[in-house]
Amino acid sequence: MAVGFHTQRQNPIMGYEMHSGRGPQAPISEADALAGGVVVRRLDAWYGSFQALRGVDLLVAPNRITAVIGPSGCGKSTLIRCLNRMHEVVPRARVTGEVLLRGEDIYAPGVDAVVVRRRVGMVFQKPNPFPTMSVFDNVAAGLRLNGFMVRRGQTVETVEKSLRQAALWDEVKDKLSRPATELSGGQQQRLCIARALAVEPEVVLMDEPCSALDPVATLKIEELMRALAKEYTIVIVTHNMQQAARVSVHTAVMMMAEDRAGEMIEFGPTEEIFTKPRDKRTEDYITGRFG
Amino acid sequence: MARELERRLREIQDDMLILGSMAEKAIQKAMEALRSRDLALSREVVAEDEAINAKRYEIEEKCIHTMATQQPMAADLRTLVAILTITSQLERIGDHAEGIGRISLMVGHDALPRPLGEMPDMAGVGLDMLRRSLTAFVQRDADEARRLCDVDDQVDAMYTRVCAELIQHMIRNPEDITRSTYLLWTAHNLERIADRVTNICERIIFMVTGRLEEINVSRY
Repeated sequence: MAVGFHTQRQNPIMGYEMHSGRGPQAPISEADALAGGVVVRRLDAWYGSFQALRGVDLLVAPNRITAVIGPSGCGKSTLIRCLNRMHEVVPRARVTGEVLLRGEDIYAPGVDAVVVRRRVGMVFQKPNPFPTMSVFDNVAAGLRLNGFMVRRGQTVETVEKSLRQAALWDEVKDKLSRPATELSGGQQQRLCIARALAVEPEVVLMDEPCSALDPVATLKIEELMRALAKEYTIVIVTHNMQQAARVSVHTAVMMMAEDRAGEMIEFGPTEEIFTKPRDKRTEDYITGRFG
Repeated sequence: MARELERRLREIQDDMLILGSMAEKAIQKAMEALRSRDLALSREVVAEDEAINAKRYEIEEKCIHTMATQQPMAADLRTLVAILTITSQLERIGDHAEGIGRISLMVGHDALPRPLGEMPDMAGVGLDMLRRSLTAFVQRDADEARRLCDVDDQVDAMYTRVCAELIQHMIRNPEDITRSTYLLWTAHNLERIADRVTNICERIIFMVTGRLEEINVSRY
């Protein structure tokens, strides 16, 4: 008689074969992250004497969406601002540890922070188009601000390509010269994504990109993220756990230690984090029992 | 103050335990009606299956509403998914009771072709498994759920003996073949109860550990 553990089905979501279009669910290997993504090792970050991050290790898989979740004040935004050296623009802020972009340490001596920020673009919580500029100029500004010296024709081409990538072209192609502030909140956020894409970054960081948007605009941005992940590596910080669960392939969970320094407590395939987290603190946080 | 999700989970769990007790009572009643040849009681068992079905759908609806409005995660999500499967298994145990009720009505006013033999014991072991499995659910006890899966072997063994005896009886008494077949169906219904409890136990293990395991596949 058949007794015991006959078969073991340990599939990503609740045991059923799923084809979510998100790609392989296997835990990311360091070799993949070194080759095409981002590797964070023993990252510490300070604001003056206050330690905001301690010993963070993270592997960001290339061409995948990695979500960073955790309660307010746990260092999520600080972490992603360390990934493109935005952290250091805050007075008295400093970082130790390694952040390897395609295997190169972005904090190594001689590395130009401006070049790093071109390779690692960022989209912020609130849409922040340049208010006095047209739709077209907002995207073109991305090129100009990053020192891209391009011909007018080439700029037109890049602006259209970026707006198409940001799934905004069809909605704005007849009002490229209109002020960007005339666009809806969701359109403005996609415009900011287009502006970030114009310089052809390798990684796009998104810090709560949908927190100011309604559910319809949010879903559009999420669809856009999935489409962009084919060409870009994306890291998203979000308070919205459903959003992290919906869009990301890997999820990192951060938590504040007793001295308020942010630490990474768990990292793994999103579907495992949200169905069977290993760390009790993750379980408490995602089920709303935290604190 | 309890969170809304916790309140709903407790309510759904209580409903599931009520459904379990309805299924248990239905089996007890069906076996008593068959043994004592009480056709009115058999008719009652058949009619009451509707209430079991309705309770199952009520629980499913509550699970779906809770998923839609409370977005449960991790252990909460696994609990709801487990309850969805468990309630369908409990409802099917109710169907087995209804089946035994219908068999009793088919036998009608005739006497049973032979005594029920080990069949009341099969029902007793199956129902004990059911009660223990629901306690394991409440106590989130995956070890007990694993142990219970092995008890299914006892029921399978009893079923094998009951079938052998009935077949022997049919060979010796060909005029009793039709009525003996009714008893074979009864035994089959009882054997399936233990299988359903095994399925319930698999979901308890899933709820507690997050692992989906097929445990102790029944011989039948």
